[in-house]
Amino acid sequence: MPGRSLDGVGLEAERWLLPAGIEETLPEEAEEMERLRRVLLDLFSSWGYRLVIPPFIEYLESLLTGTGRDLELKTFKLTDQLSGKLMGVRADMTPQVARIEARHLRNDQPARLCYLGTVLYSLPEGVSRSRSPIQLGAELYGHGGIESDCEVLCLMLETLRRAGVENVHLDLGHVGIFRGLAKQAGLGEQEERDVYDALQRKAVSEIDALLDSLPRPVSGMIRDLAGLNGGEAVLDLAAKRLTKASAEVRAALDSLRALSDALRDRIDGVPVHFDLAELRGYRYHTGVVFAAFVPGSGQEVARGGRYDNIGRDFGRARPATGFSADLKTLMRVGVPSAETRQQKGILAPWSAAPELQALVRKLRDAGERVVYALPGKEVDARSLGCTRRIVERKGEFHLTESDE
Amino acid sequence: MITLAISKGRILEEALPLLSRAGIEPEEDPRSSRKLVIPVDDREFRLLVIRAQDVPIYVEHGAADLGIAGKDVLLEQGSLNLYEPLDLGIARCRMVVAGRQDRSSHGKRPRVGTKYAETTRRFFAKRGTQVEIIPLSGSMELAPQVGLTDWIVDLVDTGNTLRANGLVVLDHIADISSRLVVNKGSMKMKHSAIGAVIDRLAAAASAAAVQAAARG
Repeated sequence: MPGRSLDGVGLEAERWLLPAGIEETLPEEAEEMERLRRVLLDLFSSWGYRLVIPPFIEYLESLLTGTGRDLELKTFKLTDQLSGKLMGVRADMTPQVARIEARHLRNDQPARLCYLGTVLYSLPEGVSRSRSPIQLGAELYGHGGIESDCEVLCLMLETLRRAGVENVHLDLGHVGIFRGLAKQAGLGEQEERDVYDALQRKAVSEIDALLDSLPRPVSGMIRDLAGLNGGEAVLDLAAKRLTKASAEVRAALDSLRALSDALRDRIDGVPVHFDLAELRGYRYHTGVVFAAFVPGSGQEVARGGRYDNIGRDFGRARPATGFSADLKTLMRVGVPSAETRQQKGILAPWSAAPELQALVRKLRDAGERVVYALPGKEVDARSLGCTRRIVERKGEFHLTESDE
Repeated sequence: MITLAISKGRILEEALPLLSRAGIEPEEDPRSSRKLVIPVDDREFRLLVIRAQDVPIYVEHGAADLGIAGKDVLLEQGSLNLYEPLDLGIARCRMVVAGRQDRSSHGKRPRVGTKYAETTRRFFAKRGTQVEIIPLSGSMELAPQVGLTDWIVDLVDTGNTLRANGLVVLDHIADISSRLVVNKGSMKMKHSAIGAVIDRLAAAASAAAVQAAARG
């Protein structure tokens, strides 16, 4: 309730409360998350994607250059005391990475970059969603064909596989189809936004009302988009329904089909669903858009697409395509690896003996977890995550396989 | 298994014949059952009976694949991440601004009582009118009579309650009816099953509309 204080918020007993959508991660989960983080960065590296670390906070004007109003509302802002300018905490790293590519990596070769880091949302993306996701992603700049879309899409699927995410369904669309039809219909900016909004919800009756005054073939084609979703047959159906569409629209449809053909032998039976009214990130995408869904999770778990010319505002317009996901979401929907689930630490006695120090160092260097039992307290090996012990026999230290 | 969330009351009353026409027959009458999860005859389908405002939340999160929700609730919750492919044409009414006949706000900032605070804010903002919104949860018609608010924003069906309380409709905000809403992931992952349900309900809704028109 605005203007009213909430009873109890300042109370001593509730001081530990975290803000809505901000969470802390306890050891078991944190260790698994860190393992996954390393696995994924190694994966990106093995595909030739090089890591960049954009700043956590920067001036708002550069952070939001070329991005939409949605991102502006999502961004936490504060005043920089040194310059008096507004700064923002990043809510999306993609534009930052695009800027790094445009400003610093000036050569004509395709560039492959990846990133991983915490972003902050002032507004969560949905009820009970995190406001501090750990965004990770990979971007490919400097190639405009479907081959680069195909590569990042395959990398997205491999990312999900490595994260233990099963039963992935792929959703494919192309924003060029609606954009081309809107242009053909001569929709004004506001009209286009209204139709886009209704199309996103597949609200056919609203689309009809909005397009009432438009000439028949083009309004019919825009309306048809709402129903053009399903298996591969949708592409054939679309080719029939969109025969009167502009060359731009047909080219978009052709590239979607080419991508679908290219994927067939590369994605190992992952079911593909086409949706020509799927306009995720419409304002910023320029071509193919895709997302991964899994049963039990109502929203997509990873998404991406083509966003050519994003670097224009930083002096270099290049084709670009990429994907992103949230490490915390991947943790939630993935099956944890067997590796971290079983901990096999070693409990060592407290002793000044140099032989023990040497043994402990040797074990730790070999990657073992060794924990000292501090004197003065009864030690429970299990609670320290230890299933083995170092025991002393006649002045010598031995590793035993039991925690007794 | 497909799950459909629906709210008790007028929406349920008017939806049951449509569901039946579409071949969805609950094993128990959801109007009288105390169960919140009601299986449907073919066991491939079930109904969740929840509050109207909660339907979009269940569907957006994928706790239900489908839902039947009033357009008033969808408007109020705004930017929802779900599909609303079908206007079922049931539970029809209007969302209006109502007040006393001697409408004058004396140049001051008018106070508007409503349970649709967000829709009201958007409506008046579009009109360029700055209003004070007083959140109320029922018996809205009382507020202008006792001077708590100048206007109210509420759903009106016959208009009898307004008249009985000396109020008149001053402005029309939206025509309201119930919509079928669909979770995005379900639409993509259970496409053929969900698509079939949508088609059957669409056929049932248009048949009902034709029948209603014939009755005059």
